[in-house]
Amino acid sequence: MQRLFRYIKSFSLWDLLKGLRLTGRFLYGRKTTIQYPEEKTPVSPRFRGIHALRRYANGEERCIACKLCEAVCPALAITIEAEPRDDGSRRTTRYDIDLFKCVYCGLCEEACPVDAIVLTRHQDYHMEARGENILTKNKLLAIGEHYETEIAADRQADKDYR
Amino acid sequence: MDSSQIVLIAWIAVKIIALVLVLLVSVAYLTCLERKVIGWMQTRIGPNRVGPLGLAQPFADVLKLLNKEIILPTASNRFLFLLAPVISIGTALAAWAAIPFDKTAVLANLNAGMLYIFAVSSLGVYGVLIAGWASNSKYALFGALRAAAQTISYEIAMGFSLVGVMMAAGSLNLQAIITAQAGGIWHWFWLPLFPLFIVYWIAGVAETNRAPFDVAEGESELVAGFHVEYSGTTFALFFLAEYANMILIAALATVFFMGGWLSPFDGTPLAATFAFVPGFVWLLAKFGFFIFCYLWFRATFPRYRYDQIMRLGWKVLIPVTLVWLSVLALAIVGHLAPWFNT
Amino acid sequence: MNFINLLFYVFSATAILSALMVVTLRNTVNCVLFLVLTFFATAANWLLLESEFLALVLVLVYVGAVMTLFLFVVMMLNLRREAQRERLTQFWPIGLLAIVCVTALVLLAVRHGNVIFPIPPVAQALDYSNVTALGNVLYTTYVWPFEVAAVLLLTAIVAAIALGHRPIKQGAQQRRQDPAAQIAVRRNDRVRLVNLPSVKKG
Repeated sequence: MQRLFRYIKSFSLWDLLKGLRLTGRFLYGRKTTIQYPEEKTPVSPRFRGIHALRRYANGEERCIACKLCEAVCPALAITIEAEPRDDGSRRTTRYDIDLFKCVYCGLCEEACPVDAIVLTRHQDYHMEARGENILTKNKLLAIGEHYETEIAADRQADKDYR
Repeated sequence: MDSSQIVLIAWIAVKIIALVLVLLVSVAYLTCLERKVIGWMQTRIGPNRVGPLGLAQPFADVLKLLNKEIILPTASNRFLFLLAPVISIGTALAAWAAIPFDKTAVLANLNAGMLYIFAVSSLGVYGVLIAGWASNSKYALFGALRAAAQTISYEIAMGFSLVGVMMAAGSLNLQAIITAQAGGIWHWFWLPLFPLFIVYWIAGVAETNRAPFDVAEGESELVAGFHVEYSGTTFALFFLAEYANMILIAALATVFFMGGWLSPFDGTPLAATFAFVPGFVWLLAKFGFFIFCYLWFRATFPRYRYDQIMRLGWKVLIPVTLVWLSVLALAIVGHLAPWFNT
Repeated sequence: MNFINLLFYVFSATAILSALMVVTLRNTVNCVLFLVLTFFATAANWLLLESEFLALVLVLVYVGAVMTLFLFVVMMLNLRREAQRERLTQFWPIGLLAIVCVTALVLLAVRHGNVIFPIPPVAQALDYSNVTALGNVLYTTYVWPFEVAAVLLLTAIVAAIALGHRPIKQGAQQRRQDPAAQIAVRRNDRVRLVNLPSVKKG
């Protein structure tokens, strides 16, 4: 009897019709697409996007070339060379991040004693030529300057949880 | 050869070119529609960036494909490698010659039109087989073998269901088949031949190697199946052929089971109201529905396993058609009203 | 000579040339494809003779199904090894005999006409249906031969399946899948839902 019932069910294509009804309903349902450049999903202040080097309010760069970030980087994406500056303070002469190697783990930011290297909340960037994947010190500082208020606000928002 | 013959041939050529152009544009828009419909069913909105509502998308795709390099694999058989897409598109387009669009609008009103379409569409498998072999690639060869075995198996079930249509209509001529269904929606063959209609449709989806019978492409195991090695224009031809075949199967389902260009309001009080609508419109509306079913299936069903495809074809569909052919024969001999009593 | 006649000679030449290629070419896949071309040209000639049913059935059955299976098998061959074999010259006496027989047969069949420049048959009326004519003959005059042929073919199919089918050995370890059984599986056959208390007591 059960066998007969199963036969009737499979020959009436019942399961297939059920599936078709499901997708048919979604045809008219609400669409969840985010139209990206015009619409964006909310981003957490902790989001780990492109890197930046920050400066103090007086314009002095924060990085003291301690190389902790270079040491902690699991992907070996950071290369630092340092020399004493004319005024005797220790500063980097070269601070390169290879974006192709970087895994955006955020360990450099965690390791930094002076909050110099940070990961901003921006993820939409591109490169058009070979070599542009290397973020040099100048580029990193420029990104830091451009987003400074946002970076500071994000750190402030996340302060209590660190 | 006198001048009247030349004029006749030129006129036929013009008609062929017009049909092919319309067909190619509708194929282009079918790809767009497919992406849209499947998008909607997956709660996405599909392509909407190129042109208003994404309507220029197919042209962007075509331009891209035409500009791409045709890569010839070093170890391939060059002549056959390039011949395969030509065979595919050629057979896909040739079958359209016999499709009636309206009472008089048909390119070639053949006596054995059904047989012609069936014969030509059975040739499409050569494109696939040759492509798979000439590519000299394991994936392509496997894809081609799967496609060929599947197409041949389902051709039998399809042939049997068409035998039913032939018995019911008493003719192989497509126009005669349509006129045999005259008399309103309940006289169309889908009702007396319902199991055959379903079998035809399933076999048609399998013949075109579309989801859920797309093991020949099977991207999860065969990358892209028989056309892995193809790029640019040659790939575009396979793509066009696949979609032209889809439209063809949909058009045939309309002609054989849904009364072709007949109005669905015949035999009802509304018949006079809708008498002004040309048959062409009804035909389009009907095969629009079948096309939509193709896309609907693709968005709904998971891919069949290969042995299940073979089991379905040989052990389910063919017996079903045979049983229903016997029933149909009895009905015809018994002049079962209202279909076979004339 | 009108257009139709011209087409006839074109297709005939194609048929003969491609048939020659079939027996002379080394690459078996090319051979099969030329055989397909031969069938095609023949079908086209039949179309010109207004026997569209035969032409289409030739394309459908031989090109669409039989040759596909041929191609299927030939693709599996090792081409390089096959090409080295010298087969054509080995069997020439039999080949010659076959040619003589077939030619004699054709000459017998058309002995009333002009073989080299045949007179095209008279065109039929527009409403003449080759299919109907063939059907009328097949199911009245030749109904017995027709049915016997059908039964023979059916027997051949059954025999082929019987030869190819291997019965499952009794007691042997079975490793075959049964799709019907697989499809018939319900959730309750495979999954057992157990109620476990979510929190440990005590």
